[in-house]
Amino acid sequence: MNYELMIDTFPKLLEGSYITIQLVTISLFIGLFLAVGMALLRLSNNAFLNFFAKTYIFYFRGTPLLVQIFLIYYGIGQFEMVRESVFWVFFKEAYWCGILALTLNTCAYSSEIIRGGIQSVPLGQIESAKSTGMSRFLLYRRIILPIAFRQALPAYGNEMILMVKATSLVSTITIMDITGIARLVIAKTFSPVEIFIVAGLIYLTINFAVTRLVSFCEYKLTPHLRYNE
Amino acid sequence: MELELLALGDNGWGDEMLRATLVTLMVSLSAMGIGLFISIFGTISKLSKKIYVRILADTYTTVIRGIPELLVIYLLFFGGSNAVMSLAKLFGYYGYIELNAFVIGSFAVGAISGAYSTEVMRGAFLSIPLGQIEAAKSVGMNKFLIFTRILIPQVLRYALPGLGNVWQLTLKDTALIMVTGLVEIMRQAHVASGSTYSPFTFYVAAAFLYLILTTFSNRIFNRLESWGNRGVRRE
Amino acid sequence: MITRFFLTLMTVLFLAIPMSFAGDWSKIKIGTEGAYPPWNGTNAAGELEGAEIDLIADLCARMNAECEIVAQDWDGIIPALQNGKYDAIIAGMSITEERMKVINFSQGYANEPASFSVMKSSSLASLKASGKVNMDSLDGASTALIDALKSSLSGKVVGVQGSTTHENFVKQVLGDTVTMKSYDTQLNLELDLIAGRIDALLSDKGSMEEFMATDKGKDVVFIGPNLGGGPFGAGVGAGLRKADTDLLKMINKAIDEARADGTLAKHFTKWFGKDISM
Repeated sequence: MNYELMIDTFPKLLEGSYITIQLVTISLFIGLFLAVGMALLRLSNNAFLNFFAKTYIFYFRGTPLLVQIFLIYYGIGQFEMVRESVFWVFFKEAYWCGILALTLNTCAYSSEIIRGGIQSVPLGQIESAKSTGMSRFLLYRRIILPIAFRQALPAYGNEMILMVKATSLVSTITIMDITGIARLVIAKTFSPVEIFIVAGLIYLTINFAVTRLVSFCEYKLTPHLRYNE
Repeated sequence: MELELLALGDNGWGDEMLRATLVTLMVSLSAMGIGLFISIFGTISKLSKKIYVRILADTYTTVIRGIPELLVIYLLFFGGSNAVMSLAKLFGYYGYIELNAFVIGSFAVGAISGAYSTEVMRGAFLSIPLGQIEAAKSVGMNKFLIFTRILIPQVLRYALPGLGNVWQLTLKDTALIMVTGLVEIMRQAHVASGSTYSPFTFYVAAAFLYLILTTFSNRIFNRLESWGNRGVRRE
Repeated sequence: MITRFFLTLMTVLFLAIPMSFAGDWSKIKIGTEGAYPPWNGTNAAGELEGAEIDLIADLCARMNAECEIVAQDWDGIIPALQNGKYDAIIAGMSITEERMKVINFSQGYANEPASFSVMKSSSLASLKASGKVNMDSLDGASTALIDALKSSLSGKVVGVQGSTTHENFVKQVLGDTVTMKSYDTQLNLELDLIAGRIDALLSDKGSMEEFMATDKGKDVVFIGPNLGGGPFGAGVGAGLRKADTDLLKMINKAIDEARADGTLAKHFTKWFGKDISM
């Protein structure tokens, strides 16, 4: 076990964590907005919208993220039509392809989580809201969504951790995140175990921070469950 | 999309993709089995009264669930043979032990699957109404009897939805063992798309094959859940 | 459910039992990539084929050994050797000092220069392919060629396959003047060149010529000088573990024999169209 190598590699891998954190935050942020929309589509009574949402979720939850990443990066890049269109500015960059894949993926999973949250809002609250004459929009904004988010927080925390881990897969399309840099260093030093251990420790730390963040949010959002302190 | 590339037989990659699907299925089954085996020990440890046993099991699940699966697989792939060989050295065996890609892949995904299964089983154990256990104790059942007569039969019913999720996860994680050289769906698609310079065709085919596997798994698990919930009154 | 899991458990344990250990070299496992034609590629029937695949069959016959070829991703090809997944690497691997620190190499059996490639339509195509540079002995003319390369490529995106001598060259010689992208396989690298995601790529000429002969690669051209020596290593050889000195002797002897009766040259001429053996 080459400890010097591990200590030397640590700062190099830490540089990769900037990209990792960027990828996670951007994809989770955009993905969350899309997920709320997708959850509403899934719950809608319109057969067409419902079908679209169901198919989307089915596809993105049923295939591995790696396949989705490769399809977006290599698969789409194969077509002349795409390469000559205005979209190429986007698909050309591995970074944007990575974010697209991660966002679409998290949207599917998050929408199921949010849907679970929405469906667990006690019926009584919805009824009383309707009885005071709230419009659908107000109902969602004031009652359903806040409660849904709070109910969904533990499951969404899980999803955030899964996303942090998922970013490691974009290293396969030339993005230099923690895993990408780790592979580069291993290619020079031929010591995979030591380097991957350091990379693993960095991921663990990031995930630990995320878990703490989620616990803090849960604490702040449930004052009604805390009795006199 | 060039469909003739997917033809069966020697001129197309279709038969290789189907064979790879079989490999994916076998690896997933083995990994799930290994994971369940690990989860039994993991759950018992987590619910144990001895704190060091709990800490050991907690470290296992936290670490495996906290680092990317790709890293776990790389670590077990590159470090696993070393570990097995060091272990063998303790017994005086100095040769090279090579474990074939299937075994390494199954164990790697199995270790990941085991961590998630442990959490699911733990949740399932804890959701068995305490009253039943108290009643069993009051009748004079010892720990072993309580375990086999009360806990195990009911645990499966509570664990099934969670285990269904773990199975889906395991199925999709097998895509990552392409790095060990095992020819499962992802690696086959990768090799084929490289040789023919047609990534779209093969990755769409791969996605399609995975969707078939997940759909069938969903059906089977739904059946299992109805079977598990037979005779249970809806509250 | 319990029976299923016990069955798979038994299957797994059963499959783990074929553990062999190296010692007598009557059965040898050779590792290769399978994604680097014409050195080693995979055809539509799923079989490995290429100059090195033929070479392996030849050498094993000479060593009176039964050989099994194992495919492995390039990234992990050396660690897998260390772990005993196979006994030798024959995968277009160049003999470099860095690699010699961790593994042994047989004598070189082939040597192919490297070159930058670009799309015919790119502005870089004006730098015509000419000249040879040996990085071990840089004279005035060579340095001028390298400088011309550097200034043309300055600010561009250059692709290489990861963990290769080409990656080392770009990092060492071009350094920060270019943006380097590392790919997992040669074939994905080529795809991104035609997709326009990279402006140029650096790889050996043999595999690029194979690509240029296909429909997709017909618009790719070489630029700049043929590059060899220095970070590119001293030819392509078989990689072996440090401890297996007896196998090393056997392979070297077999390569000598193959060279002496001309079959070495024959294998390479068949797949490369020219003799690149050494």
